[in-house]
Amino acid sequence: MKKTMVLLLTLVFSMALLSGCTSTGGPQDGEGAGTQVGDGSGAGGADTSAAGGGGAWTGSPLEDPNSPLYEKVVYFDFDTAEIRPEYVPTLRAHAEYLVNSPAARLVIEGHCDERGSREYNIALGERRAEAVKRFLEAEGVSPVQLETVSYGEERPVDLGHNEEAWAKNRRGELVYQ
Amino acid sequence: MKKLTGIIISLLLLFAMQAQAKLVIEITEGVEGALPIAVVPFQWMGDAATPPPEAVGKIIAADLQRSGYFKTLEEVQMLNRPSAMTEVDFRDWRALRQDNLVIGRIEPNGPGGYKVRFQLFDVYQGEQLIGYSFSTTAKDLRAIAHHIADLVYETLTGTKGAFATRIAYVVSQGSAKSPTISLRIADSDGHGAQTIVSSKEPLMSPAWSPDGRKLAYVSFENGRPSIWIQEVFTGKREKITSFKGINGAPAWSPDGHYLAMALSKDGNPDIYIMDLSRRKLRRLVRHWAIETEPSWSPDGRTLLFTSDRGGSPQIYQVSVTGGDVKRLTFENKYNARASYAPDGKSITLITRVGSQYRIGVLDLGTGSITVLTDGRLDESPSFAPNGSMIIYATRYKGKGVLAAVSTDGRVKQRLALQSGDVRDPVWSPYYK
Repeated sequence: MKKTMVLLLTLVFSMALLSGCTSTGGPQDGEGAGTQVGDGSGAGGADTSAAGGGGAWTGSPLEDPNSPLYEKVVYFDFDTAEIRPEYVPTLRAHAEYLVNSPAARLVIEGHCDERGSREYNIALGERRAEAVKRFLEAEGVSPVQLETVSYGEERPVDLGHNEEAWAKNRRGELVYQ
Repeated sequence: MKKLTGIIISLLLLFAMQAQAKLVIEITEGVEGALPIAVVPFQWMGDAATPPPEAVGKIIAADLQRSGYFKTLEEVQMLNRPSAMTEVDFRDWRALRQDNLVIGRIEPNGPGGYKVRFQLFDVYQGEQLIGYSFSTTAKDLRAIAHHIADLVYETLTGTKGAFATRIAYVVSQGSAKSPTISLRIADSDGHGAQTIVSSKEPLMSPAWSPDGRKLAYVSFENGRPSIWIQEVFTGKREKITSFKGINGAPAWSPDGHYLAMALSKDGNPDIYIMDLSRRKLRRLVRHWAIETEPSWSPDGRTLLFTSDRGGSPQIYQVSVTGGDVKRLTFENKYNARASYAPDGKSITLITRVGSQYRIGVLDLGTGSITVLTDGRLDESPSFAPNGSMIIYATRYKGKGVLAAVSTDGRVKQRLALQSGDVRDPVWSPYYK
């Protein structure tokens, strides 16, 4: 599973670089047959497993409440994907961890508050996740280690309908695989 | 409008007998000067011990009432209950100030079969306007009732009825931490709700095929979003896309051959069109900003989409062949999720008024937006296939519920599921 994921990611990344060259070798506009066969759907890619990333650690710093790595959520202002200055140290710590643990894999989830259109929020959530990804890459993390997924407003942590709840729901979550 | 409170209370439609997870419809605002109509309970001509399973007359009355254009006479006020023209004394109905009268009979018609006949009268002229008879089975009695309501509605308003249609919507139920998400379809009156797919992961953005036989939707069941197409009647389904990133906002072309969608596989969300028979993908709109929520014009020539290229989400229009993009919305800072009216002359959208998200209609002729709803978090508007109403998601007593508003904003109704959080409604086309 992990291997295919890495392979997939590498493939996806090189696709992004080559902008449009797919296995079918079609021209840019005619690419990509839709239905994908055998994409590892069975296992459910979003399930986090208990096994840690690097393997070298006993008692991962990711689980240590005294480590800056313990913090795995960053919050966003309304309708923006800008990383607030207070989260820079947290993200730097994760970047350092990822650089030093090349086998570690991170999925960055983007989330929004419930206001407005659901599909637009999916797009906004992706923009947030991508902002975190770009930050980590700028800090030297290999893109192969990073993946993003946007849940838009579909997975709120606070079910309230007020500013306080919305502020908690506009977030990026770092989910180690 | 204030005068209507009395009407509103009498307009509560109580479908509460069946305890199933289904929608209960409640008119929250009605039209002043709604047409008075009497629908006499249809008479069962067969064995009294085995009456038909549905009260056809009641279903028709409820449909007409719910449209807001009719005020139906309560049964207790009826002086008599004719089921054939020879039994009708028009003076009785004139005395009750009824403009129109619907009567009917249900006869046994072979094993498990029924024959339903009905007549619609103009009370003041004392003449029949229409009369039909249908052969049907128990399973389709409700459908026949909706069909009769459509015929009455069309005869008296001049607009084709949309009662014999369906809605699709998403329900979240169970624990807040780990809800079960279901995609459901129901008759336009909320009855006969059936789950067509359910998941512990998000399901969203259902879209009907133009023949009403398939739904495209987004499912996160593999931990990532994918677009699926499912046959409504067989349950057969197929994964259409699962690219890296966003696979969202599916929208069928009016001829059913193409599916527009938002994909971010090439970096950020853009609008793509897939030729469904060849599974070929074409990028229609490419921009560094967010582009999502494509929606086809009824003639299939142009698409609407949401983009924040101007700094905030607004509605844009582009030809199906690509090329220049035209911005359509300039009022209000947030406009999203647009779709065309069946006549192509207006679009419905989410528009932010102050800090409130409401449903509006943009007149494409004048370019101005009329706000139709007064909620705080209204979303996902979609026109009925006759253009008379718009269904949307709103919040009521802390829950997500569905509501509908007439295109002129005068009639409002709420569809409240008894449990769960309901959202993402979309009205079916006419069945072909």
